[in-house]
Amino acid sequence: MDLRDGPEEAAFRATLRTWLEAKVPSGLRGFRGWTGPALALGRDWSKRLAEAGYAGLTWPKEYGGAGLPWRYQALYLEELARAEAPQHLGVIGLGMAGPTIIAHGRPDQKRRYLAKILSAEDIWCQGFSEPGSGSDLASVRARVDRVGDRFVVNGQKVWSSYAHVADRCILLGRSTTASEKHEGLTYLIVDMKSPGVEVRPLRQITGEAEFNEIFFTDVAVPTENLLGEVGGGWRVAMTTLSHERGTFGFALAGALDVAVRKLVALARERAGTDALVRDRVAREWIDLQALRYTNYRALARLERTGVPGPEGSVAKLRWSEANQRLTKLAIEIIGQEAQVADGDGAPAYWRYQQLRSRGNTIEAGTSEILRNIIAERVLGLPRSR
Amino acid sequence: MDFSFSPEQDQLRAQARSFLERRYPLARLAEIATSEDGWDRASWPELARLGWTGASIPEAQGGAGLSFVEEAIVFEELGRALYSGPYFSTVALALPALGCAPDLLAQVASGELTATLASGTAVQARGAGDRWRLRGETDLVADAGSVDAFVVQARGPDGIGLYLAERHGTRPQICVLDTVDASRRLGRVTFADDDARLLAAPAAAAGIIAATRRRALAALALEAVGVASHALALGVEHAKSRQQFGRPIGAYQAVSHKLADTYVETELARSLAYWAAWCIAEDDGQAELAASAAKAYAAEAAVAACERAIQVHGGMGFTWDHPLHRYYKRALWIESFDRSGAAHRADIAQVLLGG
Repeated sequence: MDLRDGPEEAAFRATLRTWLEAKVPSGLRGFRGWTGPALALGRDWSKRLAEAGYAGLTWPKEYGGAGLPWRYQALYLEELARAEAPQHLGVIGLGMAGPTIIAHGRPDQKRRYLAKILSAEDIWCQGFSEPGSGSDLASVRARVDRVGDRFVVNGQKVWSSYAHVADRCILLGRSTTASEKHEGLTYLIVDMKSPGVEVRPLRQITGEAEFNEIFFTDVAVPTENLLGEVGGGWRVAMTTLSHERGTFGFALAGALDVAVRKLVALARERAGTDALVRDRVAREWIDLQALRYTNYRALARLERTGVPGPEGSVAKLRWSEANQRLTKLAIEIIGQEAQVADGDGAPAYWRYQQLRSRGNTIEAGTSEILRNIIAERVLGLPRSR
Repeated sequence: MDFSFSPEQDQLRAQARSFLERRYPLARLAEIATSEDGWDRASWPELARLGWTGASIPEAQGGAGLSFVEEAIVFEELGRALYSGPYFSTVALALPALGCAPDLLAQVASGELTATLASGTAVQARGAGDRWRLRGETDLVADAGSVDAFVVQARGPDGIGLYLAERHGTRPQICVLDTVDASRRLGRVTFADDDARLLAAPAAAAGIIAATRRRALAALALEAVGVASHALALGVEHAKSRQQFGRPIGAYQAVSHKLADTYVETELARSLAYWAAWCIAEDDGQAELAASAAKAYAAEAAVAACERAIQVHGGMGFTWDHPLHRYYKRALWIESFDRSGAAHRADIAQVLLGG
């Protein structure tokens, strides 16, 4: 047990920190989401990250990655958060589509897709959830039919982050009509420029649009875009979802670290002597430490076993609730002034963050589903359905 | 960066768990709690033989020369087993002061000496040749009735120092109090010109007192993690076997989500407690903050874990016969020790917000 950086880790961290200080463009400093003017800077920023060797840190070298242990991805996420700099725009490609292609793809698919994920030439989005299939993913209804020498896709996907800028989509659809839920699912790579693909931004509670609906109408997809087998899509989708939680916790704790620092500054400025506020700020600080060290435990386990443990669900569950509590506390401290929507000062910042946080307990696994996962897979309780 | 235990440390945990599970099945807890001594005296030489009492004591004094991280493992496992002997008192509360005297360390390592801390400001010390005489009363002393000696925080001519008063016959006078947690009895210790030996003069004592407090808070955070883990295991076991409306009650989310929350909080408490343990072992600058945060969080997590487990057990969990209340009462004592979570958070707020 040693919580200090080793010499190589310290060197990696120091180099990255210096690099970030020099390279983060002014338009992306204090980053809070890929919306508005930030979006236009996304590809260029991502390219720079890739050129400096910070894309695909844990990917095998043969696919253009750095082949580094997971801890470097953790350090990278910590430092990005510390600098309030955005991640690579292609996080779906880097964290989900890429690892899935590495695990299930044919050599020609690896050659065709992986390098462009790293370089941000191709941005990916995810077509899993549907209006009728949220938590119950295996019930998806989008059709994937074999017609002659190609697949034809029809259906609607929803809550797709990055779809409005994406070049490709990992899509889970249904190939047969009368089979069991998990069987009959097929996993495809879809070119977002194909005729029949329509992306409609979804305006969120914050007024901004980070995610989208995607409509597929008779979209032709070449058979070579199949990942895994027809009817074998569930297994491929599980690979995608397990990668979603790998070092996800570090990104979350990093974001929370920024939020706690800002909360502390706000409380100092506006409510320094209020005993109730002081208690709640201290609670959030303690929760942040708890999350951070839980991530370190998860990381040690991930490096030892290669498989993300249940700590990923723990981190997501608690992070989302912590972020909701602390943003709420911030707007309580600010008071009525937080109702003002414009400007770039603290009131507008916290107002946005507080509203945005309501999505945290829903996106990437609702809190209810995460509690089910913990109850059933970790504690071994009987299934609730 | 590596936040995991070594194979040797994992082995220590496995050894501790199997020894304690064999020796202290749940059915034995009530018997021990209602016994005259309140603990299984015969266990102490075995704890010493297993190397637990001397884990962090230097090899020159017969210890294993390891660190607080190894002791942390033992604290957690003892909490899980609701062990009622004076290990917390001796190793967390007394050891830092006993470290001033190599002969005493050797006695702790060999299992000949158990001790606790009698703190407070009401005891006076006055010189008597090269020995000292203590006078005054201290209250709520952990394991007062079980130990061989007391490390006493007493006011001498130059300020607060640390003294060792050994127990001889009926001196000092000990009154074991009727407190909630029968598995860790508390007592009032009254010194009436009792003989004592100086361990640390005021100049050195302040640092030792601060270090002792950090160890105690971290140790109790670890115990709390053990308590919470066991309460969770009992709740899960019951939720799997108890049938109502034709299904195990653990299939209902109103039940299973409570237990999932306990799991989450227990894991977060565990992370904080291990962090605090590492900081103490390494004498890290954040040790005080970490110990404070870990104790505040883990104590509340353990209380909540027991409360949820009682609720999941229904009426059974509310009975005297079921062992859950014993875990609950230990958790409540841990929460009360030193100061409440709110007071610790006030300290942390002081660091964060000043004022």
